[in-house]
Amino acid sequence: MDFGLSEEQELIRDSFQGSLSRISELDTVRQTAEAGAPMDENIWAELCALGMAGLLIAEEFGGAGLGLLEAAVVAEELGRRVTPVPFVASAVMAPLAIRLGGDEEQCREWLPGMADGSVRVGVAVSEAAAGARENAGVTAENGVLSGRALFVLDGAGAEGYVVADKSGGLHLVRADAAGLENVALKTIDRTRAICELNFENTPADQLRQGEGVLQTVIDAGRVILAADSLGAGEEMLRRAVEYAGERKQFNRVIASFQAVKHMCAEMAAELQPCRALVWHAAYVMGQEPGELSLAAAFAKSHTDEVGRFVARTATEVHGGMGFTDLMGLHYWFKRLGVNRAYLGSPERVREEAARLQGFAA
Amino acid sequence: MDLTDRAEHKNFREEVRQFLDEDKHQAPDVSAFTLRMRPRKLSQEVRDWQGLLIDRGLTSRTIPKAYGGFGAEPDILKSRIIADEFYAADTVQGLRNMSISMLVPTMLEHGTEEQKQRYIEPSIRAQLVWCQGYSEPNAGSDLASLQTSATEDGDDFIINGQKIWTSGAHVADMMFCLVRTEPDAPKHEGISYIVFPMDTPGIEVRPLMNMTGAPAFNEVFFTDVRVPQANVIGKRGQGWMVANSTLKHERGLLGDANRSLDSLLRVGKLLQSESLDGRPLMENPLFRDRFIKLQARVQAMRLHEMRMISSAVKGEPRSMGDMVIKLLGCELNHQLDGLGVDIMGEIGVLYDESPMLRDSGAWQANFMFDLGLIIGGGTAQIQKNIISERGLGMPREPKVAKA
Repeated sequence: MDFGLSEEQELIRDSFQGSLSRISELDTVRQTAEAGAPMDENIWAELCALGMAGLLIAEEFGGAGLGLLEAAVVAEELGRRVTPVPFVASAVMAPLAIRLGGDEEQCREWLPGMADGSVRVGVAVSEAAAGARENAGVTAENGVLSGRALFVLDGAGAEGYVVADKSGGLHLVRADAAGLENVALKTIDRTRAICELNFENTPADQLRQGEGVLQTVIDAGRVILAADSLGAGEEMLRRAVEYAGERKQFNRVIASFQAVKHMCAEMAAELQPCRALVWHAAYVMGQEPGELSLAAAFAKSHTDEVGRFVARTATEVHGGMGFTDLMGLHYWFKRLGVNRAYLGSPERVREEAARLQGFAA
Repeated sequence: MDLTDRAEHKNFREEVRQFLDEDKHQAPDVSAFTLRMRPRKLSQEVRDWQGLLIDRGLTSRTIPKAYGGFGAEPDILKSRIIADEFYAADTVQGLRNMSISMLVPTMLEHGTEEQKQRYIEPSIRAQLVWCQGYSEPNAGSDLASLQTSATEDGDDFIINGQKIWTSGAHVADMMFCLVRTEPDAPKHEGISYIVFPMDTPGIEVRPLMNMTGAPAFNEVFFTDVRVPQANVIGKRGQGWMVANSTLKHERGLLGDANRSLDSLLRVGKLLQSESLDGRPLMENPLFRDRFIKLQARVQAMRLHEMRMISSAVKGEPRSMGDMVIKLLGCELNHQLDGLGVDIMGEIGVLYDESPMLRDSGAWQANFMFDLGLIIGGGTAQIQKNIISERGLGMPREPKVAKA
């Protein structure tokens, strides 16, 4: 048994850590966020040069052919730096959907461009993963889609979409397809872009396999969001400890007050086991696929709860400064907020876990 | 990541399973779940089982043969395999009491050859049962301020003072004890670690009833108790360092995730078997959500301990990951007990010999007892100090100047 990263995986982590510390500083993140851009083009280009977009794409289609654990390792670093690039949908969920559900021709058509980062693909599965809001939903008939898909991940600025219909089928849709309207949605988190899609007899290319693939794609997305939250939470804790070590009140640094130390210790204690939960869920996708859904549900729901606790507590340690725009801590707070809501709230995901174990109808 | 056993460990797991198949009928029928909170004299059956497990390398594995152990190389994965397989077979594991988990490792690290020869074998074979004389009425979290004195008298020490929260002192044969031998030295440097039989004249044990209603711990009074100086473990005046090596072992002992998993499975069964207005509680979404929330936590702790074990196997130093286990594990156990009590509603407050009692009242007792474990062995607040100071590098609370 070896519960840990391989040397190769550590190398991937270190190279992303190194690049991101240089190119994804808070000032850069802020510029992209304030400009309302769907992503930072320079960061995207540099990370694609490191192979980020093609991590999960087979070598024959120009990718690295790696697994979900490597993607989780990268996601943790992106969360740590609140990096404004598409990843969860464009580099993980969409490639998986096409690889697992698509035929040879669909793979050839989409994957090479996705692997080198020239083609970005959003994923419209919110209704299946989190439940339908506003009566949204997409129906498929005779090769065309109709209806509305909300909260499309990495959807702004994408060249195409993977879209789930109401019966669990998956479809590939080009961004310039007839009868497709893309409406950007603004969220609290400006580091990642989502949108809604309206379909009116929109031509779509159905993936060969649907339902089982859809669940796997959602599970993988949940693991990646959990990894992103873990990285974001760790960085909030690091910043809280650093700030507490500098800020003085009553003639001493506030880090020497037990009230502050215990807040930090609680954050550290809650975050520590999340890593094992995330790594394990990512690992079982390759080794014990039958266990993925439950492992992903535990990883997502638990990390969501820890993320909320850390986001709030780390902000409190910063006092009034934590609440300011200037300090920028809110980028992490907001990222953790959307990670919790996307692809199923913890309450919904736990109910799925209960059903998977036969505890609920 | 590779969570499968490699060949050596796969074979070892098979050996353990085979042993359990053939010999588990000899195991004492003791449910740790229902009897955990009441220390009692060990039966011959328990000693025989313990002896068999040692001879087969299934407990005290790494204790050298010269001291009555099995003499295996340390292999944390094998220890883990033993724990998991015994747990899966619902069979009592080797003893993990204070003697074996705390005294013996300390003795191995700091004892003289003569002390090791004399004490280790009877301790691991449960012929010699120990209690721990650490806390005092005025020395709890600030243990180093302890006052029990040991003054020189020829080749002996004369011990006077009082200990408290001494678990199992009423059934123990021996005590390992912290006493102040150098009253003028700074508080951490004047302490010695000394051992003596509980029937030494001048020792009085008064059971202290705990909130579960069981006499699990005691007050121990010393009046001119004469103990040979040769009974000091490690060097005189270095007892604080010796004691800390023992506390390290206790922290590991208290956070065992298999224990949490056991409680979780029992809570799950309770949710399915208990009903309210004729419907199983598992159909109640509020209880179900609390259960799944805790299930995720138990899973996180189990996997986290596996990660820490892997890290230890690779020789990585103890890290923050290890420091959080006592805090999180004890809290988790208490929450699991609390859910069990809540599932039963009014039945969950019945006690003693009441009819309708579930699991002999273990949920109610554990809910109280496990709060004791949050406090004992270094309170949750002391754990947070350790995590923030040693793990996160935050400064210590400044010392208040003496008035």
